[in-house]
Amino acid sequence: MPLDLICPAGSLVSLKAAIDHGADAVYMGFRDNTNARAFPGLNFDEAQAAEGLRYAHERGRRVLLALNTYPQPDTWSRWTGAVDRAAKLGMDAVILADAGLMRYAVKQHPQLRLHLSVQGSATSYEAVNFYREHFGIQRAVLPRVLSLPQVENVVQHTDVEIELFGFGGLCVMVEGRCLLSSYCTGESPNTAGVCSPAKAVQWTDTPAGLESRLNGVLLDRYGRDEKAGYPTLCKGRFEVGGETYYAIEEPTSLNTLDLLPEMLKIGIAAIKIEGRQRSPAYVAQVTKVWRAAIDSVKKNADGFKPAPAWQAELNKLSEGQSHTLGAYHRPWK
Amino acid sequence: MLNLAFPPQLANVVSRLPAAPPSLAFSVMANRLLWPALKTLDWQALVGRRYAIRVKDLGLSLRFTVTQRGFAPDSGAPDLTISASARDFLLLLSRREDPDTLFFSRRLVSEGDTELGLTVKNLLDALDPEQVLGRLPTPLARAAQRLMAT
Repeated sequence: MPLDLICPAGSLVSLKAAIDHGADAVYMGFRDNTNARAFPGLNFDEAQAAEGLRYAHERGRRVLLALNTYPQPDTWSRWTGAVDRAAKLGMDAVILADAGLMRYAVKQHPQLRLHLSVQGSATSYEAVNFYREHFGIQRAVLPRVLSLPQVENVVQHTDVEIELFGFGGLCVMVEGRCLLSSYCTGESPNTAGVCSPAKAVQWTDTPAGLESRLNGVLLDRYGRDEKAGYPTLCKGRFEVGGETYYAIEEPTSLNTLDLLPEMLKIGIAAIKIEGRQRSPAYVAQVTKVWRAAIDSVKKNADGFKPAPAWQAELNKLSEGQSHTLGAYHRPWK
Repeated sequence: MLNLAFPPQLANVVSRLPAAPPSLAFSVMANRLLWPALKTLDWQALVGRRYAIRVKDLGLSLRFTVTQRGFAPDSGAPDLTISASARDFLLLLSRREDPDTLFFSRRLVSEGDTELGLTVKNLLDALDPEQVLGRLPTPLARAAQRLMAT
C-alpha cells in the first residue's frame, strides 16, 4: 500500500472527518505534553481515544499515536504511562522520537508497532537503520530537509517504510532540534510539547497594523491586506542591518501535490498531512483533496496533473502568502 | 455561495442600539437553545471570564460571561474579543470554514487572552454537531442542517 494518506486529528470530530473523507490512517495525541501539539482543550482522553479507534477500525482504517516529545527526567513515568495506555488501547502504532522511550516500548510491549517521529531528526539511512536495528522501528518520518534524490537514497538503503510530509505548516528546517520557542518562552515543542505557547502570545490591532508578540518580543506587524501567520519566532520579520524582513524563514505552507508521481515511483509508504491544531473543517477539506490526488496518481502516474481546483482549495487553507515544494525540490545539496 | 450580507439599513439601525439589550437577548437565547447541548462540555477554564463577540458588519457587540448554569450578560472589560462579519460567523458555526483559515486571511480577529481564545476554539471544535442539532428545536435544527449542507 504505497502512498497511504495519514491525516491529523485534534479531536474526535476531526478524526471522524478524516476517516469519512478518505484518510487511510489518522494520528492523534493524548491530552498532555507527551505530544508536540499540547494546546489547551485539544487532543484525546482515554475514552475518546478508544472511541476513535473503534470508529477507525470498523471502517478498516488505522490510528497512530504521536508520543513525539522528549521525556523530562522528573516526569518520565508520564511518557511510559502513555506508551502503556497506547498498547492497552490497541493503537496501530506509536510515533516516538526519544530512544529511551523506544527501549521502554520494545521491552514492555514487543508487539507494539513503532514509527520514528520527524522530531527524531533522522536524515540518513544510517540513522534510520540504527533505529531499526536497536528498536525494530517499522517506519520513519523524514525531516523536511532532504531533496527528493536524497530521500530516494534513504529509501534504497533501508527496509524501514518511509513517510514524508505532503502538506501543511512548515518548520525552519531543523526539526527535532529547534529551540527558538524556548529562547523566548522557556518552552519548545521537544520539551514542553508546544511551539509558541498560547499564554505567551499577544495579538494587538494598532494603527500601524496587527502586531504579534511572543513574551513581549515583537514578531511581526501585518499591514491591512497582508495574510497573517502563526506567531512563531522563525516566521517573524526582524530588523537586520537596517532592513526589516523575514530574517529566518518566510511563512509559507508545504504543498507537494506536484511531486506525487515521483513519490510513488521512489516507493514512499505514506504521506502525512500537518495540522492537529486545526479544526474539523480543515481536516475535511484537505483530506478530500489529497484522497482524490492520491487515487488519481495511482491510476495514472504518467498523466498525473494536479487539478487547479485542488490547488486553489489548499492555498485557501494555507498559512502565509504562498506554498512551496520545500526542500524536496531544490537543485543544491 | 450563500448571500448572507445584511441590508445596510438594518445594520445601521442595529449599530445604534445600546449593547445591553442585544447581550441580554443573546444570553437568554443561547441559554434556551444551546446550553442543553453545551453544558456537558468542560467549561472549567472558561467560567467567570468575560467575552465579547463583535459582528462587524452589523455593528453588534454581544458581551457576556459564562457561569456554571449558562451564559449571563456582562458589561465589564472583556478578557477575549472575537470579531468577524455575520457571514463568517455563520461559516464558522456551520463548520464550513476553519478559524485559522479566516485568521490568516484577516477575516477573524481575536484580541485579549490568546490562551483563552484557543481553549474556546478547541472546546467548540470538539463538539459533535449531531449532538447539538439533536437538542435544537426542530425548525432551527432544519435551518442549521440546510446551512451546513450548502
